[in-house]
Amino acid sequence: MIAVKKLLLINAHSTEGHPINVEITGSRISAIIDPRSQGELSNFSGEVFDCGGKILSPSFIDLHTHLREPGKEDAETVDSGLRAAVAGGFGVVSAMPNTSPVADTAGVVEQVFALGQEANRCDLFPIGAVTQGLEGKKLAEILAMAHSKANVRMFSDDGNCVSDSLLMRRALEYVKIFDGVIAQHAQDPSLTIDAQINEGALSARLGLKGWPAVAEEAIIARDVLLADHVNSRLHICHVSTAGSVEIIRWAKERGIKVSAEVTPHHLLLNQDLLSDFDPIYKVNPPLRTQSDVEALREGLADGTIDVIATDHAPHPMEAKECEFNSAAFGMTGLESAFAIGYQTMVKTSLISLSSLVASMSSKAAVIGGYSEYENGLMVNGPASLVLSDLSKSWIVDREKSNSKSRNTPYHGLEFEGVITDLLYRGEWVLRDSQVIS
Amino acid sequence: MIFPRHLLSVDDLDYDQAVKVLDTASELSKFSGSSIKKLPTLRGKTVVNLFFEDSTRTRISFEAAAKRLSADVINFSVKGSSVSKGESLKDTALTLGAMGADAVVIRHHFSGAAQRLADAGWISGPVINAGDGTHEHPTQALLDAYTIRSKFGKDSEGLSGLQVIIVGDILHSRVARSNVFLLTKLGAEVTLVAPPTLLPVGIENWPVKISYQLDPLLSSADVVMVLRVQKERMVQSFFPTEREYSRHYGMNSHRLKSLSGESILLHPGPMNRGLEIDALTADSSRSMIVNQVTNGVQIRMAVLYLLLSSQQVVGEEV
Repeated sequence: MIAVKKLLLINAHSTEGHPINVEITGSRISAIIDPRSQGELSNFSGEVFDCGGKILSPSFIDLHTHLREPGKEDAETVDSGLRAAVAGGFGVVSAMPNTSPVADTAGVVEQVFALGQEANRCDLFPIGAVTQGLEGKKLAEILAMAHSKANVRMFSDDGNCVSDSLLMRRALEYVKIFDGVIAQHAQDPSLTIDAQINEGALSARLGLKGWPAVAEEAIIARDVLLADHVNSRLHICHVSTAGSVEIIRWAKERGIKVSAEVTPHHLLLNQDLLSDFDPIYKVNPPLRTQSDVEALREGLADGTIDVIATDHAPHPMEAKECEFNSAAFGMTGLESAFAIGYQTMVKTSLISLSSLVASMSSKAAVIGGYSEYENGLMVNGPASLVLSDLSKSWIVDREKSNSKSRNTPYHGLEFEGVITDLLYRGEWVLRDSQVIS
Repeated sequence: MIFPRHLLSVDDLDYDQAVKVLDTASELSKFSGSSIKKLPTLRGKTVVNLFFEDSTRTRISFEAAAKRLSADVINFSVKGSSVSKGESLKDTALTLGAMGADAVVIRHHFSGAAQRLADAGWISGPVINAGDGTHEHPTQALLDAYTIRSKFGKDSEGLSGLQVIIVGDILHSRVARSNVFLLTKLGAEVTLVAPPTLLPVGIENWPVKISYQLDPLLSSADVVMVLRVQKERMVQSFFPTEREYSRHYGMNSHRLKSLSGESILLHPGPMNRGLEIDALTADSSRSMIVNQVTNGVQIRMAVLYLLLSSQQVVGEEV
């Protein structure tokens, strides 16, 4: 019989700031100790790891990642995407289905799931397509994906909006079979034909086709009413406007089962960056005004918005080295997500560090249906833990990204909060900020 | 006077620089009447006309301007080739850079393309925006300002106090954008006239008045600038029919009679005769449309001269 590996993490701090020791047996947490009241573990016979006073928290969960494999491996592979995830402190990523082929069948979601297991850096849970080929016309085989080895619980046509009202209603109803959730990319297509940037003073001056806030808000308003009507679960991807926050706040007050995410870039950046037509800032939904940014932060602080999700969207260089209209939408975000959450929400005293971590872990687990992660740090829970050093800062260098792509809008920016180490189900996958090969 | 490295937007010019361009064009016009139209100023320089969009009149205007300054001109038309992938701008720019272009005049169907060319570091010389998408067309606004100034006899100054109406498809017009910000900088009072569907959302802070009615404004206007309205806008429901547009916003012989004093009519061309302007109006004595074409060459000569000679000064400073 092989002895089960034991690991003791000492000299760490919890997100609330008090000392904490964690004992790990195999892939699970076997004890959580407060050294002030319980003292050190006696008779511990295993490896002891000194955390050096860093913050220890559950590893992060991303509900919105584009890993590009299969089909667009020049931008990202599952392995490279998971390297970036791990570097950013993520123990779970949810892969959006807009690959080629689209993840709209049990076969494709199982393939993506298997690629994740093969990479074995962190959990990869595929998100299934709502409609066949993301075309918004016919439902995909949602139940087959739910019952597949990938055990899909979240469905999205992300990149496209499920714009047909009846189809959206049917999808919301159908996922009730297994308590699934529809993650809507809220964008009325007819209001955003060829749209490039937020519609307003800047689009008027630059002569770029405007992307009105109402194109997002009208879909969210319709969908929360549909979710209410059929009593199902709705998740809103990448909320970007103040009006969207208001509608979701209203829906939650009414008891509608809606959750929402905000991206790090929408928490940090505003449309003013676009005045030079630099496509590195081109993203869907577009960067909005500073008052939208403030509203998103408030929404996250008061719980209207549940989670931070990256919408990590890698693209090869040529997709951004071109005219604005020709450029692809999207930016990478896995490696910088925590630091941006820390800067925009915690340093600004809007929320506590533990709330930030909850919005990047346990709350996301509840939405995604990743039940073993729902309770955060817990005895018998998975030993997927992240260590972060808030006393250190770092400068983003796109050339050092673990992602295959370089389309980060943060190149050269300095952030506080360094992710140093990540334990994934009892195994080190990141040490001293280096991804373990 | 130091000039900006590039001319991408009318915002690149301050008041003095804009007036200087007009004054320079005015100086250069003295040579256009002589039997030898060529000046040796840019001998040995190569100007590339990089056109991603058809525009024979703008290309010819720049070509004539460069040649009258003795520059060598290369016309580079990029049509239909891998534009959808977007790689062509970079690769084309690298090619031009390698061929030693001293200045690039770019016309492109996408807003911001000129700025991308200037910012991305693919070429070293000045970039002159000859129209980018629905963003700007700065030399058109300069030639319009020049035409207006010539008519109203305001040499060596701006357009202070003149009433300018710009009527038409403001939303999709780079000419409108450049004119709004240049003419107001030069002191003109600009009113935009269009149906609300053809006005951009977000122009509350523009230094202009907005009107949905053309008729009440005509009697007090010094300048009526009529913009081209593309027929496909009708299909996209910006207005119901050509006839309805023409009835409310078209310049016709009836409206021509409402104009007073010395007021003039401008159109950047090409015209849709019968839609935004009727033939009688286009060919009337108030019409300066042909003068605009002549003035276009002189303005472009002035821009090429000022940017390319200023370039040398900047180079010496470094």
